[in-house]
Amino acid sequence: MINISEVIETNKMIEHENLDVRTITMGISLLDCSSDNVQVTCNNIYNKITRLASNLVQTGEDIAHEFGIPIVNKRISVTPISLVGAASCRTPYDYVQIAQTLDVVAREVGVNFIGGYSAVVSKGMTASDELLIRSIPDALAQTERICASVNVGSTKTGINMDAVRLMGDIVKQTAVKTADRDSLGCAKLVVLCNAPDDNPFMAGAFHGVSEADAIINVGVSGPGVVKYALEQIPDANFEVLCETIKKTAFKITRVGQLVAQEASARLGVPFGIIDLSLAPTPAIGDSVADILECIGLERAGAPGTTAALAMLNDQVKKGGVMASSYVGGLSGAFIPVSEDQGMIDAVNAGALNIEKLEAMTCVCSVGLDMIAIPGTTSATTIAGIIADESAIGMVNQKTTAVRIIPVIGKTVGDVVEFGGLLGYAPIMPVNGFDCSTFVNRGGRIPAPIHSFKN
Amino acid sequence: MNRTIITVVGKDTVGIIAAVCTYLAEHNINILDISQTIVQEFFNMMMIVDISKYEGKFDEMAEQLRLIGDEKGVQVKCQREDIFDKMHRI
Repeated sequence: MINISEVIETNKMIEHENLDVRTITMGISLLDCSSDNVQVTCNNIYNKITRLASNLVQTGEDIAHEFGIPIVNKRISVTPISLVGAASCRTPYDYVQIAQTLDVVAREVGVNFIGGYSAVVSKGMTASDELLIRSIPDALAQTERICASVNVGSTKTGINMDAVRLMGDIVKQTAVKTADRDSLGCAKLVVLCNAPDDNPFMAGAFHGVSEADAIINVGVSGPGVVKYALEQIPDANFEVLCETIKKTAFKITRVGQLVAQEASARLGVPFGIIDLSLAPTPAIGDSVADILECIGLERAGAPGTTAALAMLNDQVKKGGVMASSYVGGLSGAFIPVSEDQGMIDAVNAGALNIEKLEAMTCVCSVGLDMIAIPGTTSATTIAGIIADESAIGMVNQKTTAVRIIPVIGKTVGDVVEFGGLLGYAPIMPVNGFDCSTFVNRGGRIPAPIHSFKN
Repeated sequence: MNRTIITVVGKDTVGIIAAVCTYLAEHNINILDISQTIVQEFFNMMMIVDISKYEGKFDEMAEQLRLIGDEKGVQVKCQREDIFDKMHRI
């Protein structure tokens, strides 16, 4: 039987260490909504999402009340829209109409984000993929809750450098079109390599074609809990340190597994996966950078950071895997800048730069995330950054992503405020040397030799 | 059996357990176990109760008990036992 100290421990995690379930994300296939008429497609999308997800938010809140665990976000991911709109969309504007439909239905069912305004173009782009990509700046400027993503490479296919080049432009255009909101559109646009089909976390969530008609995926969190556990063992060696992280990750993940099973049963939608990511928020103490400091670094970014993060990431997975029947999504520590107070402090202290963040992305999920850069950064430089991250993902057989925000009208020394869970960020300097000849070559970077396993 | 954990945290005052138990008795909720401890000068009590014969909604019970706690100046929480079981038992 449960004893009082266990009850106190759990409730302390929830009340004082920011333990929460970060998101319940319902993945919905929209493949059967496709038609040769944009308006009919939009109607089909509206009807299907309303039918499946109208109880999602209420169910999430009921579960949160009964178990006493906050469930921060209730969200939806859908089939990459470039596939759904392929038969009906003839112009980027047609795709924007679908985006507006998604935005309306998201508001009506009460979710704060809907992901899947996406194209998977890791090897090549169809005409409809390209139309969707070209519609992203307008779609993000004219909607509130849409998240867009484009997968530009994979270990199996190599990197589609035409798409990388195009995405440099698209990120820049999105920044310009949302300049009145500090280029907020770019915070909802992510460029991925090796994107998983079942990721519940925004902005990169979409419901891949390998998935069932509808599915419940859950993202857990808990950097604050790990930090607190490590604060209790300041002088421990690596063995004890790793053991502590594993045990904590196990406990966090079990809560996610319980919530996922409960949501799945109540909504009548199968359970998909638990995403084991350590996802920070701007709340004090809910920080991955703080964990790195607890492990023994003066600031995130100090020598040793990559090793500490690699160890943290691995232990979180080892503890979490045993706690859930199905693990998937991104599953690793997130290192966004604007959403993590410790990372912001490290940047402001001069301890952390983009190059070190890039190195850190080699050993954890996901990539250069929520990094504000000067608005004058060129599209080709952004494409070069995307190419670098994609190469890391491709060669290391892992997901990598770029979500950077060239904030129009701001430069190094300025601060940009996105609000809410997106937080705020100091503008970080970008290497100013030119890479345009490289990114303008066109074509594909071939798949690496170790991808040929057949 | 439908087991729920009720926790009471706050400054120790007269009649906390009586007030909670009266509510439980009136609503056909059976107490299976009670334990209490003092942590950092705060009174912590935990009850394991069976709510299978309770006919109302979980939310209503949680809200009523929270109000009883407010009257006494303590925090009362109701949570289904599964969250603790899952976290602390393999």
